[in-house]
Amino acid sequence: MAEKKWMPRWFYQLASPRWCYEITGKLLPWFFAAAVVLLIGGAVWALLFAPADYQQGNSFRIIYLHVPSAILAQSAYMLMAVAGAVGLIWKMKVADMVLKSAAPIGASMAVLALATGAIWGKPTWGSWWVWDARLTSMLILFFLYLGVMALNSAIENESTAAQASAVLALVGLVNIPIIKYSVEWWNTLHQPATFKLTEKPAMPAEMWLPLLVMVIGFYCFFAVSLMQRLRNEIIWRERRTGWVRELLNKQ
Amino acid sequence: MATCRREFLLSFRRKSDLVNPLIFFLMVATLFPLGVSPEPGFLAQIAPGVVWVAALLATLLSMDALFRSDYEDGSLEQLLLSPQPLFIVVLAKVVAHWMMTGLALTIMAPLLGLMLFLPSEGMPGLMLSLLLGTPTLSLVGAIGAALTVGLKKGGVLISLLVLPLYIPVLIFGSSAVQAAVTGLPLGGYLALLGALLALALGLAPLAISAALRISISS
Amino acid sequence: MSFDSFSEFLSMGGHGLYVWLSYGLGVVILVANLIVPKLARDHLLKEQKRRLRREEGVR
Repeated sequence: MAEKKWMPRWFYQLASPRWCYEITGKLLPWFFAAAVVLLIGGAVWALLFAPADYQQGNSFRIIYLHVPSAILAQSAYMLMAVAGAVGLIWKMKVADMVLKSAAPIGASMAVLALATGAIWGKPTWGSWWVWDARLTSMLILFFLYLGVMALNSAIENESTAAQASAVLALVGLVNIPIIKYSVEWWNTLHQPATFKLTEKPAMPAEMWLPLLVMVIGFYCFFAVSLMQRLRNEIIWRERRTGWVRELLNKQ
Repeated sequence: MATCRREFLLSFRRKSDLVNPLIFFLMVATLFPLGVSPEPGFLAQIAPGVVWVAALLATLLSMDALFRSDYEDGSLEQLLLSPQPLFIVVLAKVVAHWMMTGLALTIMAPLLGLMLFLPSEGMPGLMLSLLLGTPTLSLVGAIGAALTVGLKKGGVLISLLVLPLYIPVLIFGSSAVQAAVTGLPLGGYLALLGALLALALGLAPLAISAALRISISS
Repeated sequence: MSFDSFSEFLSMGGHGLYVWLSYGLGVVILVANLIVPKLARDHLLKEQKRRLRREEGVR
C-alpha cells in the first residue's frame, strides 16, 4: 500500500498528525473570525431585517437556527462516516481522531435542531412536540450519534474504539436514507397533511439570504470546533512523541 | 454448512438461550393490557405495534449471547483464522441464531395476537411480516453483538447501538399487520421488508466480519 | 428594519418567548462547543507539562 501513491500529496500529509496540527493551527483563527462575523451578522439580519412570515409571523425567525443546525447535524454525520471509512481503509490515525471529534459536535447540533423545532412547533402547531417526519428523523439521527459516542467511550483501546465506531458510523450511514424514507412514509400513513415547518414555496430573497449566511456561518463554526477538538486529540495521542514534547516545552 | 450444524447443536444444548427470549416476548405482551387497558377494542388497535415491538425487544435481548460464549472459550478466534470465508461462517451463525429466536417468535406470534384480540384477518400478515422482518433484525443485531463482544458490559450498549437501526423494520412490519387487519393488499409492505432483508443479507455479514476482526484484534 | 421600536423587537409580535428561547439556546450550544474544547486543551496542556517535568525529574 505504501508503494502505490495514487492519492494527492496533501492526502498523505493529512495523515501526519504533526502536519495536521500545524496546518489547523494556522487555519483556526481565520475560520474563527469568519464564524463570528457570519453568525453575528446573520443573526442580526435574521432577527432585525428579515421580513416576518405572513402566516407564522415572527416565530418564523427560528428557521435561521433550525435549518442550519439540522443541515450541520446531517453533514457532520456524513463527515464522521467518511472519516471512519478513511480510517479503516488507510489506517489513518488522523481520520480516527476526526471521527471522534465530530461526534459530540454533530450530536449537539441535532439537539439544537430538535429543541428549536420543538420551540417553533409550539406557536405553529400548538404543542411542543409533533411526530413530524423531519423531527422524528432528526431524533433518530441523534440516537445514532449517541450510539457512536457510547461505543467509542466504552472501548478502552483507542485504535479499537476508533475502528469499531467507524464500522458503526458506516452502518448508520447506509441506514440513514432508509430511516428517512421509512419515517416519511410512516408519517403520511398516520397524519393528514399538516402545516410543514420548513417547506415554503419560493422564499423571497430577503428571507433566504440571511439563511444562507447562517448556514455558512454554522459550517465555519463547525470547522472551528472540530479543529479545536482534533488538536486536543492529536496532543493526547502523540503525547509520547518528540515534537509534542518540544511543543510543550516551548509554551 | 458444518458451522450451521454445529451452531444448531450448540443452541439446542443451551436451552435457556432458546426459551428465554420467548418467555420475554410473552411477558412484554402481557404488560400492555395490565399497563394500558384490557378493553378488547383498544387492544386490537394497538396489537400490531405491540407484537412487533415485543418481537424486536426479544430479538435484541438474545443478541448479546450470539458471539459471547464463542468469544469466551476462544473458538471465535479460531473461526476467524479458519480457511473458510468469514462471510459464510458469520452468515451461518446468524441463520442458526435466527432459527432459534426469530423463527420461534414468528411461530409464537399468533398466540400473542389472540391475547391482544388481533382480528383473525391480521394473523397471516403478522406471521408473514415477522418471517421477513426478524431475519433483518438478527442480521443488524449481530453487527451490534460483534462490535461489543470484547466488552464486559455489552448488553445495554447493544440496545443503544442497534435500536435506532431497527426502526425501518418496525415501521414496515407493523404497517403490514395493520394493512392486513383492514383488508388492504399486503404485497407492497412485504416487498419492502424483503428488500430490507436482501440489503441486510448482502451488507450485514461484511460489517459483522469487520466488527469481529476489530473486536478480536484488541 | 422590520421593527419600529425596541419593545416591539423584544415581543416579536407575541412570539418573543419562542424566538428568544431558541436563540438563547443556540448561543449556549454554540458557545459551549467552543469553550469545552478550549478548557479541555488548557487542562490537557497542563497535565502533559506536569508529566514531562516529572519524567525529566526522574532522569
